[in-house]
Order: sequence, then C-alpha cells, then structure tokens
Amino acid sequence: MSLERAKPPLPDEDKRWKLVNATMRRNGYADHALIETLHSVQDAFGFLDETSLHFVAASLDLPLSKVYGVATFYHLFTLKPKGRHSCVVCTGTACYIKGANALVEGLRERYAINPGETTEDGHLSVLTARCVGACGLAPAVVIDGEVLGRLDTPDLIERLDTLPDPEPTPASHRPPTTSH
Amino acid sequence: MPPATPQPNVRVVTLRIDGRDVSAREDETILEVCRENRIEVPSLCQLDGLSVWGGCRLCMVELAGQGRLFAACATRVAEGMEVSTNTERLRHYRRLILELLFAERNHVCSVCVSNGHCELQALAQRCGVDHVRLPYRQARYPVDSSHEMFRLDHNRCVLCTRCVRVCDEIEGAHTWDVMGRGSDCLVITDMAQPWGASGTCTSCGKCVQVCPTGALVKQGTSVGEMVKDQHFLPILARRRHLA
Amino acid sequence: MNLDDLDDLASEFRNAERDVERELRVCMAASCQSSGARPVFDSLEAQLKTDPHPGCRLKGVGCMGLCSAGPLVAITPPEAGIEEGLLYREVKPEDAPELVASLDGPPVEHLRCPTDQPFFARQQRIVLEQCGRIDPDSFEDAVAHGGYAGLVRALSELTPAEVLRELTASGLRGRGGGGYPTGLKWSTIAKMPAGQKYVICNADEGDPGAFMDRAVLESDPHRVLEGMAIAAYAVGANKGYVYVRAEYPLAVERLTTAIRKARRAGFLGGRVADTQFAFDIEIRLGAGAFVCGEETALMASIQGLRGQPRPRPPYPAESGLWGCPTLINNVETFANVPAILRRGGDWFASIGTQGSKGTKVFALAGAIVNTGLIEVPMGTRLRDIIEVIGGGIPGGRAFKAVQTGGPSGGCIPAEHLDTPVDYDSLKSLGAIMGSGGMIVMDETSSMVDVARFFMEFCMTESCGKCVPCRAGTWQMHALLDKIAKAEACRADLELLETLCDLVSATSLCGLGQTAPNPVLSTLRYFRDEYEAKLQGDPTP
Ligand SMILES: Cc1cc2nc3c(=O)[nH]c(=O)nc-3n(C[C@H](O)[C@H](O)[C@H](O)COP(=O)(O)O)c2cc1C
Ligand code: SF4
Ligand code: SF4
Ligand code: FES
Repeated sequence: MSLERAKPPLPDEDKRWKLVNATMRRNGYADHALIETLHSVQDAFGFLDETSLHFVAASLDLPLSKVYGVATFYHLFTLKPKGRHSCVVCTGTACYIKGANALVEGLRERYAINPGETTEDGHLSVLTARCVGACGLAPAVVIDGEVLGRLDTPDLIERLDTLPDPEPTPASHRPPTTSH
Repeated sequence: MPPATPQPNVRVVTLRIDGRDVSAREDETILEVCRENRIEVPSLCQLDGLSVWGGCRLCMVELAGQGRLFAACATRVAEGMEVSTNTERLRHYRRLILELLFAERNHVCSVCVSNGHCELQALAQRCGVDHVRLPYRQARYPVDSSHEMFRLDHNRCVLCTRCVRVCDEIEGAHTWDVMGRGSDCLVITDMAQPWGASGTCTSCGKCVQVCPTGALVKQGTSVGEMVKDQHFLPILARRRHLA
Repeated sequence: MNLDDLDDLASEFRNAERDVERELRVCMAASCQSSGARPVFDSLEAQLKTDPHPGCRLKGVGCMGLCSAGPLVAITPPEAGIEEGLLYREVKPEDAPELVASLDGPPVEHLRCPTDQPFFARQQRIVLEQCGRIDPDSFEDAVAHGGYAGLVRALSELTPAEVLRELTASGLRGRGGGGYPTGLKWSTIAKMPAGQKYVICNADEGDPGAFMDRAVLESDPHRVLEGMAIAAYAVGANKGYVYVRAEYPLAVERLTTAIRKARRAGFLGGRVADTQFAFDIEIRLGAGAFVCGEETALMASIQGLRGQPRPRPPYPAESGLWGCPTLINNVETFANVPAILRRGGDWFASIGTQGSKGTKVFALAGAIVNTGLIEVPMGTRLRDIIEVIGGGIPGGRAFKAVQTGGPSGGCIPAEHLDTPVDYDSLKSLGAIMGSGGMIVMDETSSMVDVARFFMEFCMTESCGKCVPCRAGTWQMHALLDKIAKAEACRADLELLETLCDLVSATSLCGLGQTAPNPVLSTLRYFRDEYEAKLQGDPTP
C-alpha cells in the first residue's frame, strides 16, 4: 500500500474507468481489493479484457499472472464479451431433479452452443448457474435478468426465438480494445 | 502454513516414527524429521526452501489415535506423536495417487528428455506402479517452445506449483501462476501469453531446475538428457532462514 | 446505552406507527420476487392511493416460508405473526382492488392460504422469528421488534467471559455443516493473545438447493449483524467481514443498507451503543466458487487470492485472515446468537435433543408439495418434515429418498424416515445435516443419476490444488457416467468404490473429503439400481 507508487494512466477516455478507479481507491489500492476490482470492471464493461487486466494489475501493483490466475479461477468472471441476450439455466439440485438437463440439451440442439458459449452472431449467450434461488419454480431459467419458472423446452425456445434483434449495442458490450 | 521463523527457544520433542524413537525441534514438520532420519516418505510438491503447498498428498502418514491421515509436509511434530509412514494402506493410496497423475495428462516417458531423471517416474518405480488401471483423460495440451532457452510441455505437468513458488519466493519475479480450476488448471506465464513474450521472466531457469518432471526443460536437450540441478535451493533457503 | 435506553428507542419507533391498525405485508424476498411480487406491491400501493385506508400500512417484508405459493401477501395486526392474520397465495397485480376492498369486509376466499395448516403450525421460529414480519430495509422496524437487545445486554451487563459462558451453556453448534460447538470455537479465539482479530460471517451458501442463509439475509439482516457484533465483543475482535456470494444481489443490497443504517445509528463503528467497544463490518463478494465456502479458501478469497484451501492446522482460530486469529461462523449460527443473549443459554438448551440444541432451518425443494423455508426444533422426525409440514409428494407418486447436505451429504431412503433430525443421527445414516438443504426425490428419480449429478458438481468445483480430488473426481464422474449409461462392468464399480475411499481419505479439504458421500450413500441404500445398470438396464 505504498503511497508513493505512481498510478497508471487510465487506458482510454471511457468514463467507466472512473468507477473502477473508485473501487480501488476505496480499498486503498491494497492488493486484497483484486476481486472487488474485477467485479467492478465486469459490472462496468460486461467482461474482463486484456486491457483491463493490465490496468488493474498495474494499479494494484500485482503480478500479471496472479491477476490472470484469479480472473480465471472464479466462474463468475468472464474474459469474453457476452451476447446481446443471456439465458441462464439453473442447474441447482431442485432444477436438476425437475429436468434442467433437458433444457440445456434443447438449447444445444437449437442454437448449437454449449453452456458458457455465445452464438456466432453475438445474439445469445447460454449459461448455467448453481441455484438461482427459485427452487419453488423449478426448473428455473433467467432470461436477461428475468426469472421464469416451470418452463419446458418448446416454451423456452419460443421465448428465446422471439427476443428482439438486432438492437443497439448495449453499454456492456464494448468492442475489445487492444491498446496497451 | 507461514514459513518457519527461527524462535529463540524452540523446544525439542521426542516422537516415534515407524517404531523408531527420534528427537526433533518442535517447529519441524514430520517430513523434515523423516528426512533427517533417513526414513523415506514419498513427496512431490514439497521442496526444501520453498513454502509448503500440500497438494500432491503422496506424503500422507498415519498418526496413532487419529482417524484421519496427515500430510507429513504440512504437519508439525509434537511430543509423543506416533507416526507410521509405510503401512499397506498408505502404499495403496500412494500407488493410486500416482496412477491418477499418469492418467490425468500424457506422460510418455520413452520420448521424454527427462527420462531417467524424472521424480514422477522415480516415485512410480519406488511405489510399484507398473501399469495404470485408470482410463486416460485424453486431453491434449500445447507445448510452448517460444522461450529461447526453455520449453514448457503442459502434457507432462503435475501442477505441483514448484515453478510458481520458486519464481515468486526465490527469484522474486512472479512470472508464473496457475490459471483455471480443477483438472483444467494450467501453469501460465504473465497473462497466459507465450513464455518467450514474457516481460517479467528473467530467464534465470530456476523453474526449470525445480520442475520434478519433463514439463519444464532446457531447449535442445534430447531424450533422457535433462538432468536437473537444485543445488541453489537449500543454500538460498538457509540464507533466507538466517536473514 | 443500557436495555432501558434501547427499550425507549424501540417504543419511540413503535409509537411512530401507533396509528397503524393493520399491516399489508408483501413478501419481497428473492423467490416471491421471481414469481412477480414487485408488480403486486406496486399495484397494491396504487390501489391504496385510490381507495385509501389510513389505518393500514403497506410493507415489503422478507420470506414467509411458503415459496411455492408465492407471491404471498399477508394482512395482519401490527406486531403479529401471520397465524393471527390472513395469508393470500399466488396473488396477481389485478387482485389488488379486491384485496384492498377486503380490508373493510370479508376475506378474499379464492386467494386464501390457510395458516392453521401444519406447514405453519408445526414450526418453531428462532432464527426466522422476524422473517416475513419486519421490513428488512428498516432499522426502526428491526429495533421495534427486539433487534439489538442481545447486543445491548451483552455490552451493558455482561463481560466477554460471561457471554462465552452463555454461548457454551446454550449448546449451539455451527449451522454451516460441520456442527462444531460454537461456544468452544469462540473461547479458543478469545484465549488468543489480544491484538488484531477478525470475525467472518460465511454467507457463501454454495450447496445447490439450499437457500436458508439467503432468506435470513434478505429478511432480517440486522439479526446477523447483531450476532457478529456480540461475537466480536466476546472474542475481542474489532473488524468483521461478511463473505456473500455474488449470485445473491438482493441479499447484498439489503445487507449493505443494514450496515449503513446500523453504523448511522451507532450500533456499528467506533463506539458501539455508546460503549468503548468498537466494531465495524465490511462486505466481500464471492465470484462463483463453491470451494470458497471452505474456511481457509474463503479467507484466501477475502485476501484477493485464488480460493484454494490450505492444510489445517493451523486453524483460522490461531492463524486466519492475514495471519490473525479469526472466527468464522455461518449466517444461521450468528442469527441464533441474539436470541440466546436475550433469553439465555439455558432457554436455548431446553430446545432440541441431547447433542443438538435449538432449531434448524431447512430449505425444502424437489418433489414436495410445499417448497420453501421451514424452521423446526432439532429432533423433529424426517417423516414429519416431509409428509406433514412439507405436505408429501405431489402427483400421487411415491417417496424415494431425501437428500440432505448437498454435494457432501447423502440420500436417506424411506425406511429411515422416522429418524429424528440432528447432527449425529444423520451422520450415522451416511448423510449429514449440512447447511439445511433438503431435496425430496420421488420414484421417478434415478439414484445413479443423482450420484452422477453431485459428482459432476464436485468435479467442476474442485479447486485443482490436490491430486485426489482434482483427478479423482474426474475419474469417478467418468465411471458414474459409464454406469448410468449401462456401459460399465463390475470392475468399474469396484474401481469406483476404491476411488471413493482414496478421495475421502487423502483430499486436502472438505470438498474432496466429502465428495464421495453421495455415491457411498446411494450405494448403501440403492445398490440394486447400480446392479441393474451393470446388467445393462439403459433406462435413465
Ligand atoms: C467445500 C466446503 C463448502 C462449504 N460451504 C459452506 C457454506 O456455503 N456456508 C457455510 O456456512 N459453511 C460452509 N462450509 C463450512 C465452513 O468451512 C465452516 O466450517 C463454517 O462456515 C463454520 O461455521 P459454523 O461453525 O457456524 O458452522 C463449507 C465447507 C466446505 C469444506
Ligand atoms: S511445470 Fe513442473 S514445476 Fe511447474 S507445476 Fe508443472 S510439474 Fe510442477
Ligand atoms: S479437496 Fe478438492 S477443493 Fe479441496 S483442496 Fe483438494 S482439490 Fe481443492
Ligand atoms: S509432499 Fe506433502 S502433499 Fe505433496
């Protein structure tokens, strides 16, 4: 936590870096603020790219490999941009008992992607989660943040097929920058 | 466990290991005391001079009166302790753990530059692993030859993190770390870029010397030629200890 | 501040509400919100504007328990439990006019959910005492309902040693799974030399199918803060962390609000309740790693590292966060503490069984009529929980097994349903109490499949540090997959059992040590299903 250390300049003009900086400042730029900081990068930009990891490492004075090791350990962090829509299938025990696997299979068949992947056109990301806390509504699916319960595969696919597209690129979908 | 700091008054304790009475400083680990007394306990992730990791689980021993097993490298001795290091149960577990390691990646000894000088191979011979009953995981990993002096072959890595620890604790570069989770863990340099492109690697080669297998080797060695030299470690360890 | 001062404060808060004759409570916990509680609340609010009822207060509350019937709305006298009022189930926004009109007339029968049913009548609430009654975002509501009385009693009337004695007398055991005696754990840390010490609340709740801790944090966050502050006073700590999984945004939000308000009211910070005692709490977020529920991994994560466990000893009590003595307890453990301080350790010890005191919160899910959250005295029979409180199995199907303890636990078959639920009896059945998730399975569930499901969970959650767990769970999962697909031979089953023994005996942390449990318990009670698979029965 040396006060002397010069902080690296912000990677670019993007205002969202200020949010990231605020998190680090609140934690006194201590090395243990790494996970909090990665959360704030992901909240601001939607994912962690190389530029942001370099910036965080330099700001907190941490080795690059350590930052990368932490970013890849935790499943909530993603190093790839997400699709414009997201569909999270809950695979907690209650949902599993009530057929979450069939939903995952159905999505694989329809969109040719596995959980954790995004369709090539960037339209949809399919994810799984360990218990979204809607066990009473099992099997539960979260589409763009909205929890939907007791869906079967045809219902789900119909909902996903009717999601609006194309739409303006949302804030969380920053094109990956390569400058560093 | 924090690195042992020299204490002004460390007590000396006596304990029994495999039926032999031995004495030890109370800040020593069971494994250290075994080594002093030439009692061989298999180990892979532990290396004198580096911090304790406790990941390979080959050094598990039995303690009288305790239901569970203990990792000798991570357990301090205590007065009156009764340790068994070589029971049938422990030998059985060690064989299985080694089999798990062989099946996890791809260790083809006959074409490895470390053939004959590999700790994994030596352990397998010592513990009597002559064949692997478990199915192979069959995951293929890349080989990184981008560094002008060294080469990294993930297929021969046992994830002992010796390279990570020596680079951080002795060389102070922290070029290495581990990414991912579970069997998909990989050792990485910087941001998982090619080793040759690393901006922090000092090319000191310590990671290569401490790597127990043929995962980290010198470029240009051929089958069976890669002999590792870890003499710098105990010396450095002692110096650090005294500092 | 002493108890009288707190009482004055509480009456002041109650007085501010003295015009309220009835409360219209809408459950705003995560489960009801996902079945649409927010629009119900909004339309009730709008309706109360067009059809005003001055004596009636609309209030968002926490979990009322019967999640499967959500969104739930209760109309009760203030200060009363839902048993004394009316409960409405599956309420829709368009029901608002009818509900508001019913405030002056007869109840809306077609929405009613009886509260004299065993689901409510058979519970005993200590931890969930105020869940579903108070507004979780209101500090005043918490204090008006007895919040912080335990802390104020501890600070103004008891020495730390006396608090420890009270805790030890209560017989409280850790609710995070292990069941370690809480009084003993606290005493160990209290005995460590004075200096920097920490208190951590483990709110990682990673078991898939468990949502007890989330409900407590979303419904009554001040109770957890109060429990932590009492612990800090007893062990001599001045800094606390709540480690919450990031998958619980609502819990994080309410906890953040609660900390801010407790600080402003002087119940956290430099001079807690006007005494010399200083204690503050910070929130740390997880990031999707089950292993971070393990205490040494959790501490690594708070320190910004990969969440990998380390060998114990040294235990956190001796060397925890940044090498300092650290107390780690589960959310529910802390939530029991205020009641123990308010009503005494002996009172608590009078509830439950010989070895397991007090109550336990369970999350019922799976093939059961009433899914939701319940709290029952330790020693309640499994049969009562499932058939009476839970309402049995829907669809006329037969009960097959109940899974407790998540990926570290086991499946209990019908012949053991008369077992009283406590730490020791569940353990003797090859299951564990765990944190309180209870998944009921009916005859359509394949037990081999269940074992494979949990093994897959452990495999993807293995941190990768130690070989038996990292490589062993992969092998066991492959074998279970082979068995489930009816492609395995007897040697495969034997190999599976050999690996179970290895992984539980040699893994570094609890995740690996308990990963074989679901396999072992299904093998113990449902071996015939494995045998059928070996004979080539491909039915799933
Ligand atoms: C893999 C693993 C996961 C765990 N997850 C949790 C958890 O989610 N919540 C929890 O309170 N305890 C969890 N525990 C138990 C904790 O390590 C610890 O024992 C507990 O928080 C202690 O609190 P208690 O004494 O109040 O039970 C877990 C343990 C292991 C080995
Ligand atoms: S590269 Fe070698 S030293 Fe590094 S973790 Fe792998 S086996 Fe161990
Ligand atoms: S048992 Fe599994 S989770 Fe625990 S340390 Fe070993 S690899 Fe990691
Ligand atoms: S040498 Fe002890 S665990 Fe590896």
